[in-house]
Amino acid sequence: MVEDRIEREVVVAAPRERVWEIITQAEHVGKWFGESAEVDLRPGGTIVLRWEKHGTVYGTIEKIEEPHFFSYRWNPGIFGEKPSTESSTLVEFTLTPQGRQTRLRVVETGFSRLPRDESERAEQFKDNTEGWAHELGELQQYVEQLPV
Amino acid sequence: MNAGKGDVDEVLVALADPMRRRVLDALSAHPQATATALAEKLPVTRQAIVKHLSVLEQAGLVEARKHGREVQFAVRPERLASTAQWMHGVAAAWDERLSAIKRLAEKR
Repeated sequence: MVEDRIEREVVVAAPRERVWEIITQAEHVGKWFGESAEVDLRPGGTIVLRWEKHGTVYGTIEKIEEPHFFSYRWNPGIFGEKPSTESSTLVEFTLTPQGRQTRLRVVETGFSRLPRDESERAEQFKDNTEGWAHELGELQQYVEQLPV
Repeated sequence: MNAGKGDVDEVLVALADPMRRRVLDALSAHPQATATALAEKLPVTRQAIVKHLSVLEQAGLVEARKHGREVQFAVRPERLASTAQWMHGVAAAWDERLSAIKRLAEKR
């Protein structure tokens, strides 16, 4: 059955503090989300994600509980808009230590509140996905050229 | 495209109600059922069933057909499938982002 919620997780072979840095510091966020990023790390602070080809996406930070919980609202695939609580999804990251590793869970909810019709959204989502593929390719090149 | 009607939003809103999910399940098990027949299978009144069917029809999840003096209902799977596919795409995008986070965190 279809639910208004997406829940994904990954186990990372790194300490929780390291994973916390990657998901909250602009320098790192600009590598896995957007081509460059700004993060004003405080409740109510703005996250800015920029793609040269697609534009800019804004998010608003809701909660920061270092080092285990971080959440923000954004409009997935909507460029150049400030998110409002009425038209945004909520993204929640939870970091749990697991031995020497870290379990990182992301839950995104609120898709049914996004005020757009399906064709428009599908189009935006396609753009967003293409942006991702492009960006991941670049990320991989960046990672591979670094000295180990 | 008929904007605002039968889109992803409406499907998700329609399915947010547990009883509407049960109505949809009952209808999959008993195609061409009437509201009266569904009310016999579920612990709610015929009137409530009619309301739920109307929301499901609005979302494009069921279809009403006149059959003589009766109105029969049937599940329309297309809208459900396209919504599931859209959500699947969103989940796949998160998988890619989580993989990128993992690579960055594990790189020393």
